[in-house]
Amino acid sequence: MSSGAVAAPGAATSPKRERPHLTDRARSERKLALILVGPAAIVMIAVIAYPLIDTVILSLQRADLRFPAANKFVGLSNYGHVLSSSIFWHDLKSTLIISVISVSIQFVLGMLLALAMHRAIFARGTLRAIALVPYAIVAVVAAYSWQYAWSLDSGWIPKLLGLTGDPLSHTFGTYVAVIITEIWKNTPFMALLLLAGLALVPDELLEAAKVDGANAWQRFYRITIPLMKPAILVALLFRSLDAFRIFDTIYIFNQGANGTETLSMLNYSTLLDRLNLGLGSALSVILLVLVGIIAFIFIRVFGAAAGPAGSNV
Amino acid sequence: MRHTPRQRLGWSGAFLIIAVCSLVPVLWIIFLSLKTPATATDGSFIPHAWTLSNYSDIFNEGIFTSALRNSIGIALIATALAVVFASAAAYAIARLNFPGKQLILSVSLAVVVFPQVSLVGPLYNLWRTIGLYDTWPGLIIPYMTFALPLSIFVLSSFFREIPWELEQAAQIDGATPFQAFRKVIAPLATPGIVTTFIIVFIICWNDFIFAISLTSTTRAETVPAAIAQFPGASQFTQPIGDIAAAAVVVTIPVMILVLLFQRRIVSGLTAGAVKG
Repeated sequence: MSSGAVAAPGAATSPKRERPHLTDRARSERKLALILVGPAAIVMIAVIAYPLIDTVILSLQRADLRFPAANKFVGLSNYGHVLSSSIFWHDLKSTLIISVISVSIQFVLGMLLALAMHRAIFARGTLRAIALVPYAIVAVVAAYSWQYAWSLDSGWIPKLLGLTGDPLSHTFGTYVAVIITEIWKNTPFMALLLLAGLALVPDELLEAAKVDGANAWQRFYRITIPLMKPAILVALLFRSLDAFRIFDTIYIFNQGANGTETLSMLNYSTLLDRLNLGLGSALSVILLVLVGIIAFIFIRVFGAAAGPAGSNV
Repeated sequence: MRHTPRQRLGWSGAFLIIAVCSLVPVLWIIFLSLKTPATATDGSFIPHAWTLSNYSDIFNEGIFTSALRNSIGIALIATALAVVFASAAAYAIARLNFPGKQLILSVSLAVVVFPQVSLVGPLYNLWRTIGLYDTWPGLIIPYMTFALPLSIFVLSSFFREIPWELEQAAQIDGATPFQAFRKVIAPLATPGIVTTFIIVFIICWNDFIFAISLTSTTRAETVPAAIAQFPGASQFTQPIGDIAAAAVVVTIPVMILVLLFQRRIVSGLTAGAVKG
């Protein structure tokens, strides 16, 4: 590529947004940007915004697909109905139990896995491929594998543990099995998000601390963790939001029987089994608000930089 | 390589633990799929009696082969569309100055954290009204939409790594911004695009909630949805062997992708922050 060709006027100056008079170059740049971004933006907004507005409208109506003639505006009564039902609070509790426990353990294991991947002495590629297996596997397959492993009828785990009763026949056993499934499936992704943060910790700093007499734990706790804080917060934010909408595992295990129903499961069954769009939509809106609150807590209270740092996703 | 034997031993131990934890559930479902119906519920990890009959069963049933066809077609089309739209958007975000850039990133982020179950009801309703229920486009549209944000993030981080100077040089040579995109940046961007394609394909391939909500027959049902609805011998028994065999078959493509492209997938997901 020779650089001797005639330069288009203004091509060398990079346009600034504040400039009152846009150059031709800047104007064509904006036009191109619009053409390029437009389709993606329109798709996202159309496919999300229309159903979202529809959800809000439906949540204010009595709308039951089985009795379409009885539709009418009922104000906030669907919300009152949801928030005063014990099922909602029970399901919120089980969603929180599963999310908090599984994300906490995922964080610890994910950190260990990230350290192992980061400090790999040999077989780095093999380790990476092995660690990616649970992440890439179909969620339904993971759930079936663990369900059959725990089931007294077919599984090797009850046999290994010497259990005589079916662990999946009561709440505690089901929680354990579901949480282990979630941990197995999602720890690799947690580890990858943390690995991105580990890569930002300069080796020289750790070496210097070592020379100064800091032991391995002190180096990790005083240097690595603080430097990784942004990556840790982003990882916890995304994993928490994802855990909070847990659906596949619960559906495959028992569709929420044994008291382990989660909010997504309840929302799904209200909408698509009971076909009660009014109540289901109110639940959807509440679920959205809860997700918003979790995101808000992470971003505002803990200061997770989830802007373009979402490029960590 | 100056690693002490103790370090090597420690690392080997860690590697072994990770490998066992990651692979045992996969081995288990493979072994389960190879058990004969009589031994399927014996609870032993390794089969006592081996058979391939579960595989011939599922491939002789129309429900599984059509689900496999639907899964492949829908995931490929949705992925291709998402990557095309996202490449254009990511290029603009990484390279161009325009108002609303931050808005696009915010909208994308909101889509990433969106609870998908909240969309299922209205989409179900809308799709039934306009005739997209139980069709390929009925799944392709939501898959593409939910794949867009991640694609945009991953691609724009790849695009930022591409040397600016080449594009400017092309423009100084008289190329329009579009020509610079097509002739200079696009070839350099191919690795990032391939990576994004793989990651998005895995996501579309894995989806369950849209598949069970927006399909009902072999016309559009994908494998995860079909597995969950396999008919058992009676209403109360699950066809364990068939489910396990179908689970193994649907896992094979993602395993191949992971083995071939582990480095790319990791660098894509950590958005180029890790030097692999």
